[in-house]
Parts: sequence; C-alpha cells; structure tokens
Amino acid sequence: MQKNESSISFLEKQFQEKINNDIKIEPKDWMPEAYRNNLIRQMSQHAHSEIIGMQPEGNWVLRAPTLRAKKILLAKIQDEAGHGLYLYSATETLGIDRKEMIEQLQQGKAKYSSIFNYPTLNWADIGAVGWLVDGAAIVNQTMLARGSYGPYSRAMLRICKEEGFHQRQGYEIMAKMMAGNASQKEMAQDSLNRWWEPSLMMFGPHDSESTHSEQSMKWKIKVESNDNLRQRFINKTVDQAHHIGLTIPDKNLTYNKETRNWEISPINWEEFWNVVKGNGPCNRQRIAHHTKYHNEGQWVREAALVFAKKEMEIQ
Amino acid sequence: MNSTNNALYNYCLRLADNNLILGQRLAEWCSQGPTLEEDLALTNISLDLIGQAESFYEFATTFTEANCTADDLAFLRSEREFVNNVLVEQPNGDFAYTIMKQFLFSTFAKHLYTALANSSNQTICGLATKGLKEVNYHYMHSSQWLIRLGNGTDKSKEKIQFAANDLWCFTKDMFEMNSVDTLLIEQNITINLSTIYTPWKNDIEQVFKIATIDLPTDTNKIIGGIKGIHTEHLGHILCEMQYLQRAHPGAKW
Repeated sequence: MQKNESSISFLEKQFQEKINNDIKIEPKDWMPEAYRNNLIRQMSQHAHSEIIGMQPEGNWVLRAPTLRAKKILLAKIQDEAGHGLYLYSATETLGIDRKEMIEQLQQGKAKYSSIFNYPTLNWADIGAVGWLVDGAAIVNQTMLARGSYGPYSRAMLRICKEEGFHQRQGYEIMAKMMAGNASQKEMAQDSLNRWWEPSLMMFGPHDSESTHSEQSMKWKIKVESNDNLRQRFINKTVDQAHHIGLTIPDKNLTYNKETRNWEISPINWEEFWNVVKGNGPCNRQRIAHHTKYHNEGQWVREAALVFAKKEMEIQ
Repeated sequence: MNSTNNALYNYCLRLADNNLILGQRLAEWCSQGPTLEEDLALTNISLDLIGQAESFYEFATTFTEANCTADDLAFLRSEREFVNNVLVEQPNGDFAYTIMKQFLFSTFAKHLYTALANSSNQTICGLATKGLKEVNYHYMHSSQWLIRLGNGTDKSKEKIQFAANDLWCFTKDMFEMNSVDTLLIEQNITINLSTIYTPWKNDIEQVFKIATIDLPTDTNKIIGGIKGIHTEHLGHILCEMQYLQRAHPGAKW
C-alpha cells in the first residue's frame, strides 16, 4: 500500500515536471485522473459548442441574401461540424466515446458555450457571430494551442487557422451592412448591441470567481487567465467596431492611456449564470433540436450498422 | 437577343435553377443529419450545387442587359420564371427520401454533363466538365446509401422503397424538351434528352437491383418545370430564399 502510494506520487512528480518543461502529454502517457477528467470536460464542452453553434448559424443559411453569402455560410458551418468531429476524436483519446459524450450533452451533464443560447434574429447576427464569437474563440484557442495535452493543442492549431477566416467573413458582413442603407446599418448596430456583452462573457467569470482556473493553470490546460484574454479581445474589437462606424453599447467605455486598455462597465454576471444554468432564450430549444434530429436519425444509423455486419459476413 | 442567345439564356437558367433549388433543399439538412458525417456530406453537396448554379447564372447574365447579376437571377425571379424540374423542389422527407431524390437527379446530371462535356459551346463544355467531377461523387454517395438502406433493416428498406414509388412520377419531367432544345440541338450545343433516358434508366435499374428494391410501376407523370409550371412547394422555397433581397430592394450585401 505504502509502496503504491509512493509510486503514484513519483508518477505525479514526473508528470508535473514534464508540464513544467513544456513537454506535451500524449494519450498513452500516465496522467492523474483529475487531469484526464478535467480535459474530458473541457474538450467535450468545446466539441459540443462547435456542434450546437451550427444551429444559430444554420438558422440563416436558407435566407442568406446572395449566392456568395450562402456559399460562405454553408462552408463555415461545415468547418464548425468538422471541428466538432475532430474534437470528439481528440477527446476519444482520453477513453470516452462520442456516443457517451452526446448522451452527456443531451442529459445536460456536459455543457457547451453559453453564447449559443442567444438567438440569431437578423442577417447581421451572422456577421456578429463570425466577428465577435469566432473572434473571442480565436483569442481563447490561440492560448489553448499552447496547452499541455498534445492532441488538444494540435487540434487548436488547425482549428485556429479556419477560425481566422470565419472572423474575417463575419467582419466583412458587418462592414458591408455599415456601408449600406439605413435599415442595414440599423440591423448591424442592433446586432452588436445584443451580442457585445454575451461575447465578453465567453471568456468565463473573473479570475477571482473561476472554479477551474487554478488547477488548470498548474497543469497548463490553460496558460492565461480569463480576464487577460477578455481584455485582449476588448482592445482588438473596440477599434474594429469604430473603424466601420459601429458604437460599442457601453456608455462607460473609456480608453486608459496608461494601461492602453479599453475599460468597460461591470459585466452582468447574474445574466451569465442564469444562462449557464439553462434559463437563456434558447437553451431548451438547442438541446431539443439536437435530441430530435439525433433520435430521428436512429433508424439510419441502425441500418448502416446492420448493412456493415452483413457485408463483413459475406467477406 | 438573337434566337440562339435567347435559347442559351433559357437553357442556362434551367441548369442553374435545378442546382440552386436542390442545393437549397439539401441545405435544410444543416444540423439535422442522422450523423455528423452525413450532416457534412449533405451540406457539402449543397455547396457544390449552389456553386454550379452560380456559374450557370453568371453565364446566363452574358445574354442579358449589362447590369443584371447572377444574384438578380437567383433572388429576383418569381415562381413562374423558374424553370427547374419539379423533382428537385420536392420536400426532403426523411433521410431515405432525400437520398432517393438525390440519386434520381444525380444519375440524370451525370449523363447530361457527360454529354454536355462535348458541347460545341466552350463555356457549357467547360462548366459541364468541371461539374461532372462533383456530380460523380454525388452519384456515388447517393447510390451507396441507397444500397445500404435497401439492404439494411426492414424499416430502412420500406422507407427507401416508399421514396422510390413516391418520387417516380416526377422523374419524367427531367426529360421534357421544348423549342429551346430544338434550336440548341441543331447547333450541337446540347443533346436530345431522349438519348440519355435509357442510360439513366439502366443505372437506376442496376442500383435498385443491388439495393433489392423494386422499380416503381407508377405511370403517372407530373411535368411542367421547363414551362415554369411547378408544384406548390417552389413558391415557399423562394419566399424563404429571396426574403432579404425582396424586403430591401437595391441593398448591397
């Protein structure tokens, strides 16, 4: 017993040294159970976010205003589905399968990014989702690419490249609408008004309130704090908004010359926690949609399995 | 517009409208596929078809007044001006129904593009050659699923057989011709569609046989697409698709 305990503490020490020396942890390496579980939670949440995110964007794919816009949106949503697929596979290296992850999502045991619990109400929202949501995701994922788990960090490198395109296409939609007629400008501003604060919340609670942060930093699952990342996003986005004539919906927004940061009003964390707990405008709709079409596809998956079995028997 | 240009304009609209409307239908599957992989496959085929539609609309605009764009043709024409075949506008139904519709159309497109790859018109020839690569994949994807569903469970077999029986009456419309065809056939720009009917039917029979499903015996035929006579579904597709362009005339997106 004593020997066993000491060998685990030896493994833990070795594991932490690897992390401290920036050596990536690979699927077959020994890792503490808590590290494994923390990663499963975070990576599956990330995969689910990609998949649930297809719904608010898909909401406009049939109504995209030009052939070019329709092609770009279709391609973008396919990228997201591809990211989801890739992330499910990366998470499977930790010993859980996609079926189980999907069950956890549908039962509310696994979460996805709360931002997708807001509705896309006008075409500019497709711009805002690309510009703000993917923009915030890039800031976060560029950090995650430096994380300690090999498969996740490599996935982030690939995914970030595509997210860069997504952000640019979103900003392009906003810029076009701000260069358009009065009702287009109104739609663009209305969209920013609704998406600004939820996009700031994407970085999670303040460092002082974040439950998973400290251990995640020690294990280099996260390498920067929520508040640092949020500030980087704000600084980048405020300038982009001003450049095309959009107003940031925050009357207290001020530029601090000393810190070179844009400072904002306190974030409405009550709303954040309310949405996380399942009471946002679309939480139930998103899961109900996912569950409905997953169940409707059951007979197709069954047929494919039966057919594959028959084929194997013939061979 | 001289008569050949007029015929070419109409012919391009037919090819473009078929691709756009089927592409729009497939895009309805976004986030609703039976697996993530199939969600990707169906919307990827949709993307191919919308790309093909755009190319044919762009070619069509070379025969119209100077400032008409591909988007104008897609978003500002009404039900009676669309000349797609009635098959492609049919609702998706379940996965089997969508696969059957795709298979019946992709088999047709495969033979049509193969023939148009020899068109005396350079642009038609180029677009058909390029499109054929994608269409061959669409044919492969839908025929493989058809075989899988036909040989899967009792339920999947029943569903794919139902889809074949239900959609059969719309297939004749793909082979309908009018004066546009007569004029373009004379100049070897296009072909007599009756020449690809037998190859189309042979492919269908062959795949149905492997899928162990029966060839429908329905003699009913619902036609009219190339005359702009559609089923009630098209109007609803256009309402949704054209909404922003109609609600904000002249806006740039």
